[in-house]
Amino acid sequence: MIRFLFKGLLRDRNRSLLPVLVVTVGVALTVLAHCYITGILRDSIEFTARYSSGHVKIMTRAYAENSDQVPNDLALLGVDELISNVQDDFPDMEFVQRINFGGLLDSPDKYGETKKQGIVSGIAVDLISENTKETERLNLAGALRKGRFPEKPDEVLLSDEFAEKLEVNPGDPVTLISSTMYGGMAVQNFVLAGTIEFGVEFMDRSGMIADITGIQNALDMQDACGEILGFLDNPRYNDEMAMQVEQTFNNKYADPDDQFSPVMSRLKNESLLSGFFEMVDMFSGIIIFVFILAMSIVLWNSGLIGGLRRYGEIGLRLAIGEEKGHIYRSMIGEAVLIGIVGSTIGTLIGLGFSYWLQEAGLDIGGIMKNSKMMMPSVFRANITPPAYYLGFIPGLFSVVLGTMLAGIGIYRRKTASLFKELET
Amino acid sequence: MKNSEIVKISGLVKKFPMAGGFFTALDKIDLTFGEGEFAGFVGPSGSGKTTMLNIIGSLDTPSEGNAIVLDNDINQLSSHKAALLRRKHLGFIFQTYNLLPVYTVFENVEFPLLLLRMSASQRKKAVLDALEWVGLSDKVKSRPAQLSGGECQRVAIARAMVKKPLLVLADEPTANLDSDNSHHILKTMEKLNKDLLTTFIFATHDDKVIRYLRRKISLRDGKVTADEIVKN
Ligand SMILES: Nc1ncnc2c1ncn2[C@@H]1O[C@H](COP(=O)(O)OP(=O)(O)OP(=O)(O)O)[C@@H](O)[C@H]1O
Ligand SMILES: [Mg+2]
Repeated sequence: MIRFLFKGLLRDRNRSLLPVLVVTVGVALTVLAHCYITGILRDSIEFTARYSSGHVKIMTRAYAENSDQVPNDLALLGVDELISNVQDDFPDMEFVQRINFGGLLDSPDKYGETKKQGIVSGIAVDLISENTKETERLNLAGALRKGRFPEKPDEVLLSDEFAEKLEVNPGDPVTLISSTMYGGMAVQNFVLAGTIEFGVEFMDRSGMIADITGIQNALDMQDACGEILGFLDNPRYNDEMAMQVEQTFNNKYADPDDQFSPVMSRLKNESLLSGFFEMVDMFSGIIIFVFILAMSIVLWNSGLIGGLRRYGEIGLRLAIGEEKGHIYRSMIGEAVLIGIVGSTIGTLIGLGFSYWLQEAGLDIGGIMKNSKMMMPSVFRANITPPAYYLGFIPGLFSVVLGTMLAGIGIYRRKTASLFKELET
Repeated sequence: MKNSEIVKISGLVKKFPMAGGFFTALDKIDLTFGEGEFAGFVGPSGSGKTTMLNIIGSLDTPSEGNAIVLDNDINQLSSHKAALLRRKHLGFIFQTYNLLPVYTVFENVEFPLLLLRMSASQRKKAVLDALEWVGLSDKVKSRPAQLSGGECQRVAIARAMVKKPLLVLADEPTANLDSDNSHHILKTMEKLNKDLLTTFIFATHDDKVIRYLRRKISLRDGKVTADEIVKN
């Protein structure tokens, strides 16, 4: 019987090919969407890591507690020694200094009087030392709009928009007015080397990038910095490894009683990001749900149409003495088969596309006029283990659900009217 | 089983609910059919012929009285038992053949046997025999779409006969056929009735069919108005 029905299934394309196609397309899209979202998540994580949090971050305990206020008076001291120590502890990692700072930026006219002024929020990174990877890490090359990169500690980059507001061009002087690490007033002249586009409104309004030694001089932070970011060997964030590093470091260096002892926290602890991780799970859930719903409706309908077309067959099967339950179960069996075949093909296609998106990436840099520092211009998918089985959930579920809904008609069918039905 | 009595109907009433009461489709019917009969319900449209076949075929149940088919009381049959009765002992022939388009002639005829736990070789022999009875041995591999109406109905007869049922119920089997084909079909059934002693019960108002019947039961408004042995 099963072989007989299977033969019919294969021969009747409306019953086999069509639903398999629907499932295949739906599953492929589900898998692709999932990989795409995890890809965006991964990019965002990488981006956050490069830009502000590192894979791990070292701060003083007090700085960490108030880190949203950028409290440079609580900065780490003896940074060179600390870095060389942790570099020994974790030789595969790279550690870099960062200082976040704020204040006023003043553009003087030719008489030295204030021409324009604005609130600035800046990041100091190692722009100048010979082997620095920071320019690459921050995607500065692509984001440069005017001028060139800083070559000396007193040269800085400003956001293009901010520079325009201050009416300064590359080569012009700017004055940073801020406070030193010890609470005194800091006034320091810099030269604008070039302008960049951050691609994030807040930073484009007031962003500045300066060399770390320049800012250390300006803010009286010799051998001090707000944060040390640590990067694992692989650009992909690996939470397990980060956690190990975090524990080892904190066991060795952190002193719970000392406000100024260094503590390390890993990327996943960043409050913003941990929410992000959950959001992605939720999104995947929503995608799967939507696909189950949409595909179920499509398949229910095609099941109904199929059911109508098979009305004669089902009537005949009842007449020759097959039981309703048996007919119903055999239809569910067909659905499971279609679901498995469609899901398998769909998963393969979805993974294929995702793999291509993962390796080659979808480069929207060509569509956008210029790449921006804080906006990834290449969207990449990311294939994670769930992608291998995820598609089977909507794939199987929707055909079976669709068939079950359509199949209710079998139970409603009265044998009493078989002669009549089969005669008209 | 009482050897000669295949169907025994006594005091049978069938009512259908209607707006404001009931419609009586069959009214106090008493009938028996013996083994090997070639009988038919004859009457105008709406007289209750199909309703009668439905009850005998365990597709419907009486409102009053009872119908005993092959020792099964139709009133007391569970849907499972009714399915078993149809599966083993009853064959149905419909006005519109109801062949399954995706299957070959051979497969269409084989279909009822799949529920009967027969080996493949037994099935093959039975199907080829049945196709020989109806004269379609050369169309084994054809699809229904490639056959004429008469050939389709012959396939349907082969499908009803292939398990050698004790009783075949045929509702207007010639309604879609021209007279040549109708005669051919009826001759085939007449021959099967004689060779295999299968009991045939028809429902029809077609004169061509009526001429072949050996027992003619006239129905009018749900009542038997005549029950005559036409020939022997
Ligand atoms: N399920 C039902 N519900 C209500 N009334 C029904 C039902 N089935 C049959 N009837 C009524 O019972 C009467 C007998 O119907 P039946 O189908 O047995 O007639 P018939 O003799 O087969 O007619 P025809 O020659 O047109 O096929 C008709 O008046 C019909 O309307
Ligand atoms: Mg009728």
